[in-house]
Amino acid sequence: MSNGTLTRTATPVTRSTGADPRRKRRSGRRGASMNLMYLPAVALLGLFVFVPLVQGVELAFSNWNGYSPDKTFVGFANFAQLFTDTTFHTALLNTLLFGFGCTALQQILGFGLALVLDGTGKARSVARSAIYLPVLVSPVVMGMMYYLLFQYDRGALNDIMIGLGLDRVAWLSSGTSALAIIIIINTLQFVGISMIIYLAGLQGISPEIYEAAALDGASGWRMVRSITMPLLKPAFVSSLIINLIGGLKLYDVIQVLTGGGPGYSTNSVSTLIGRTYFGQQAAGYASAMGIALLILIAIFSIFLVRRMDRSGKDA
Amino acid sequence: MSEFSSTAAAAKRGGLLPRVFKAVFITVAVLVQLTPFYLALTTAFKPQSDRSSLWLPPFAGATLENFETAMTVGRLDWALENSVIVTVASTLLVCIIAAMAAYPLARRPTKLNRFVSLALLAMLIVPPLSILVPLYTMLSDLGVLNTFGGLIAVLTTLHLPLAVFLFTQFMRSLPISLEEAAAIDGAGTFTIFTRIVLPSLKPVLATVTILTATSVWNDFAMSSYINNAASMRTLAPSVAVFFSAQGTNLGAAAAAALLGLLPILIAYLALQKYFVKGALAGAEK
Repeated sequence: MSNGTLTRTATPVTRSTGADPRRKRRSGRRGASMNLMYLPAVALLGLFVFVPLVQGVELAFSNWNGYSPDKTFVGFANFAQLFTDTTFHTALLNTLLFGFGCTALQQILGFGLALVLDGTGKARSVARSAIYLPVLVSPVVMGMMYYLLFQYDRGALNDIMIGLGLDRVAWLSSGTSALAIIIIINTLQFVGISMIIYLAGLQGISPEIYEAAALDGASGWRMVRSITMPLLKPAFVSSLIINLIGGLKLYDVIQVLTGGGPGYSTNSVSTLIGRTYFGQQAAGYASAMGIALLILIAIFSIFLVRRMDRSGKDA
Repeated sequence: MSEFSSTAAAAKRGGLLPRVFKAVFITVAVLVQLTPFYLALTTAFKPQSDRSSLWLPPFAGATLENFETAMTVGRLDWALENSVIVTVASTLLVCIIAAMAAYPLARRPTKLNRFVSLALLAMLIVPPLSILVPLYTMLSDLGVLNTFGGLIAVLTTLHLPLAVFLFTQFMRSLPISLEEAAAIDGAGTFTIFTRIVLPSLKPVLATVTILTATSVWNDFAMSSYINNAASMRTLAPSVAVFFSAQGTNLGAAAAAALLGLLPILIAYLALQKYFVKGALAGAEK
C-alpha cells in the first residue's frame, strides 16, 4: 500500500465529523470487533492484578498461614490487629515519612537545580546528565553503593570523621540515622525526575515575560517568586504525584540497606508485608497490610489527581 | 541533555556573587551525585588485601578479582542472561499488547471504552507488594514460580497500564483522516492498524520501550520473590543476594553493583535524548 494512493483518496473525504449517519453506522460496526484488541491487556491485568486484589481482600479476613490447605474466616481480626500492632505503626509512620519527607526535599532540590541548570552550555548539560543518572540505576545497586559510604568499619564517611579527629559512627545501626540515610538516598536518587520536570516547565515560560518584568524593575528572586513559581504549578503537581507515590511504595533501598532493621525500626509497609508473609507465615495478616497500603496510596493519588485536574494541567 | 537550553535563563543572568553561588551549588550537587559511583569504582578494583581508604584509587595495584568473584560466586553471569531474556520479552510484549489495546481506546470513545481506559489507569496505583500474597500463591498453584514465563507475564502485566495510557494519548493526537480513507478503500481494522497506525507510533514507541525496559531491568521486589532460585534470578535480586552474603567483602559487592549498572549506563549514554523524553512522558500521567 503506497502512501500516494492513500492521500489521493483521502482528499475528497471532508471532515464533516459524525454528522453523516452512514459513516457513524459503519464505524460502529467496525468498532465492535475493534474492542477485541484490548482483550489481551484486560485479561492479563484481570488475572494478575484484579483477581489477586480480590483474593487479597478475602485472605485479609482469614488466618491463613500461606501454605496449609485450610484457612479460617476470622472477620476483622487482622484489621483490628493493625490498630494495636506497634511494628505496623512504625512501618506506617516510616512510609509516610519516606513519602512526604522525600517528596518535600525533592521539590526543593529539584526546583533549585532546575533554576540554576536551565540554559545553554556544555557544563550545564553535563551537570544535568550527572544529576539525572541515578534515576536509571536500580535502587538495589544505589543502596549498595551508598553502603560503601555509610558502612561502619571501612565506610568512606567514617574516614572523614576520623580525619576530622572524631569517632567512627555506626550510621546504619541506629533507627533514626538509618531512617535519615534512607530518605537521603531515595531523595538524591530520584531528584533528577523533579529536576527535569521543572526544566521542561521552565522551557514553556516565554523569555518576554522576564524581559517585561526586568523593565519594570523586578530583580532575580522577585521574578522567581512572582513569575516562575506560579507558572510552574502544573509541573509541580506532576512532580509531586510521582515522588509521593514512589516514596509511599518504597521497598528496594530499605531491603538492601537495612532489611527493615535495626529491629523493625526502618520498615516501610511494603518491606513489612514481605517480612510478615515469608518470615512469619502470616499470609492473612500480610494481606490486610497490603489492603491498608493500597487504600493509603489510593487516597493520596485520588486527592492529588483531582487537584491536578482543577489546576488545569494542560496549560 | 542539551534539549534544555532555553533562552529564559539568559534573561536573568545575575551579578558576580549569585553566579559564584550558582557554580558552587552545581558543583556540590554533581559531586554528591557522583560520589557513590566513584566509591564503587575505587573499591571494585582494589584487591581484598588493600585496606586503604575507599576514597583513594587502588594505588597498590588494580585487580579484576572482585569482578571474577561476583561472576563466579554471585553467578552474575546467569543473572545477566536471565535479565536480558526477561527484559527483552517483557518489553516486546508490553509494546505489542499495549499498542493493540490503545487503538480501540483512542479511536472509539464509547462509554464502555472510557471505563476500560480509566480502569486500566487505576491499576497504576496498586503497589505490587499489596498483591504479593495472593499473586505468589496463584503463581505457585500454576507451577510457574522460577520460570521465565511466570515472571515475564507478571512484569508485562504490571507495565501495561502506563504503556496503554501513553499509546492512547499519542494516538488521539494523530489525524484520523488517513485511517478513514483506508477504511473507505476497504481496508479492514487489522490492516489499518498494522499498516497505518503502527508505523506512525515510532516516537512514542521509543518512550514506552525505554521506560518499560529500564523498569523491568531494575525490578527487584516482584522479581526477587517470583524467581528466587539461583539459576533463575534476575540481576537486581542476584546483586542483592550476593551483597548480603558477602558481608565484609566490599570489593566484590562494589564489583557486583558496577556490573549491575553497566548495561543501563551504556544505554543512557547512547540514547540520552530518548531517556529524558521518556521520563517526561512518564511524568505526564
